[in-house]
Amino acid sequence: MTVTFYVPRDSGALALGAEKVARKFQAEIESRNLDARIVRNGSRGLYWLEPMVEVETPNGRVAYGPVKASDVAALLDNGIAEGRVHPLWLGLTDQMPFLAKQTRLTFARCGITDPVSLEDYRAHDGLRGLENALKLTPAEIVAQVTESGLRGRGGAGFPTGIKWKTVLDTKGEQKYIVCNADEGDSGTFADRMIMEGDPFVLIEGMAIAGIAVGATRGYIYTRSEYPHAIAVMNEALDVARKAGVLGASVLGSSYAFDIEVRVGAGAYVCGEETALLESLEGRRGIVRAKPPLPAHKGLFGRPTVINNVISLASVPVILDRGAVFYKDFGMGRSRGTIPLQIAGNVKHAGLYETAFGLTLGEIVDDIGGGTATGRPVKAVQVGGPLGAYFPRALFDTPFDYEAFAAKDGLIGHAGLVVFDDSVDMLKMARFALEFCAVESCGKCTPCRIGSTRGVEVVDRISANIEPEKQIEVLTDLCNTMKFGSLCALGGFTPYPVMSALTHFPEDFRPAPSTHFAAVAAE
Amino acid sequence: MQSASTDIAARAIGIIDQLKGKEGPLLPILHELQDEFGYVPQETLPLIATALNISRAEVHGVFTFYHDFRDHPAGRHVLKLCRAEACQSMGGAALADRARQLLGVDWHGTTPDGAVTLEPVYCLGLCACAPSAMLDGEVIGRLNADTLEEIATEVRL
Repeated sequence: MTVTFYVPRDSGALALGAEKVARKFQAEIESRNLDARIVRNGSRGLYWLEPMVEVETPNGRVAYGPVKASDVAALLDNGIAEGRVHPLWLGLTDQMPFLAKQTRLTFARCGITDPVSLEDYRAHDGLRGLENALKLTPAEIVAQVTESGLRGRGGAGFPTGIKWKTVLDTKGEQKYIVCNADEGDSGTFADRMIMEGDPFVLIEGMAIAGIAVGATRGYIYTRSEYPHAIAVMNEALDVARKAGVLGASVLGSSYAFDIEVRVGAGAYVCGEETALLESLEGRRGIVRAKPPLPAHKGLFGRPTVINNVISLASVPVILDRGAVFYKDFGMGRSRGTIPLQIAGNVKHAGLYETAFGLTLGEIVDDIGGGTATGRPVKAVQVGGPLGAYFPRALFDTPFDYEAFAAKDGLIGHAGLVVFDDSVDMLKMARFALEFCAVESCGKCTPCRIGSTRGVEVVDRISANIEPEKQIEVLTDLCNTMKFGSLCALGGFTPYPVMSALTHFPEDFRPAPSTHFAAVAAE
Repeated sequence: MQSASTDIAARAIGIIDQLKGKEGPLLPILHELQDEFGYVPQETLPLIATALNISRAEVHGVFTFYHDFRDHPAGRHVLKLCRAEACQSMGGAALADRARQLLGVDWHGTTPDGAVTLEPVYCLGLCACAPSAMLDGEVIGRLNADTLEEIATEVRL
């Protein structure tokens, strides 16, 4: 019987040497004349164990990791083909605690299937959502999505069904589905993992969206920093077109739908939906004033659904298992599951999909296992560069859109970056403002000017020039940026700045020794 | 024999003609030109403007807005180091300082021998194996001082 080895092609695994491991396996299989094949899967999301190699056994898949190319020969000598024990042996993949405790709905196939095999996709319940959607009227599909309680996973948390209904109800000869895959937030990689590990689920979700609102054309706008995601996505699109999943007749129906990948050019602000639309149209990524909403006048002025990758990739399971099934997960108004991305200085860094409601402490300490350096956790930035820094004192906050908002934070795209006690929060506040200054599109004054002035004010604080007065100015400036900016870049930069200032005031005051020296000198 | 500039123009027109039928063709054209030449030759901007029936100023505005596009060739290698928060939490800032010291250039700079250009990047999506970098399109995770030194030596060979 042919043995199947799985060596991920996810860029996180590649960054840790997966390509060399795969080449070594191939060479050993040939020289040993083994009846074996290698599948290049996505990542299971356990990055501290990447490259994580798996082998199919009669009892299920067995994992080994982290595997180096120099380990391959010994693994084969030792009987990896039968799933035998070895120092890198991790047991049955499905029983690994990090995976066993997850609720994988959106990421059900990621890391399991061959990302560009449509047969594999179908064998793991793929396309069932789209097949169900084809039996419904557009209004019924939209009702299902609304009923599921799905909210935009890009960060804003707007109900996806309501967005779709607006586009459905808007007349237009040409409508568009635009997938926002411009995942620029540090600490987030869920979009990348889906595009590299299960691209068909995104294609299926976009096709369902197209049928639901009457759009025939879709664009996936992603980042030039993601070359592997672009390559896998394009491969999958070719396969989907040849198989009739996309094209003039979606799965033999009367609906037409096709998708093209478009690549940004290193502008963070293009993750903002209206800047993204401008960029897609071939212009500078300058934020548009709303209204008009993209649902009414979006891409090329036409009715447009613009959703994040994870929102769209969550639609197939909703149409497959039903809105009620999905809605049963979660808490309050945050329904379903959320792929947490645990990153930075953390022992068990990776992707963890679970129902809303875990506390921040459970995520960082229990699932993440504390810091990688072994030092105490000082702060966790939740929601990307525009998200707030949370201290340990707020570790009882449940992961939920409203609960985080109540603590002056946001869950954003659900990325968490952990910092140990060596971090200087004044520097992080400065970085947030500096980043905003570099990436501002320049359209509105609070963001364009405020960010630069903010850096100067923070520099005066660190130089101990009238710090109390500067802190007052900084607070006022943040207030102006928060309420006066056109989009989330200027509007949310105050979150990291003010949370650093509020929760870590000691980093903004001169050290006691300098202070006493100053007093003594007077 | 054709001069270098007419050669660039001919190749650019080929690319522009091939892509101008797309919806919103400007970014795809600029990307393709940069792939072809390693940078976007400034003499191609008026050609784009004519083909797309937009002003030269508009093309210039788009070209300058995006960090990716360059108006002159990069070094033989391009090293991108992530400066974003997740990489900072794992010592990225110190590595960035070390890289600038090892190569003797600042951000966006190219070494005098033309071997390597150093670029900052804000997130490669490798935040679970930080600090990260990209060398000529190849991703590198858990970068440390030793690997950085190897890279700095390798790119100059």
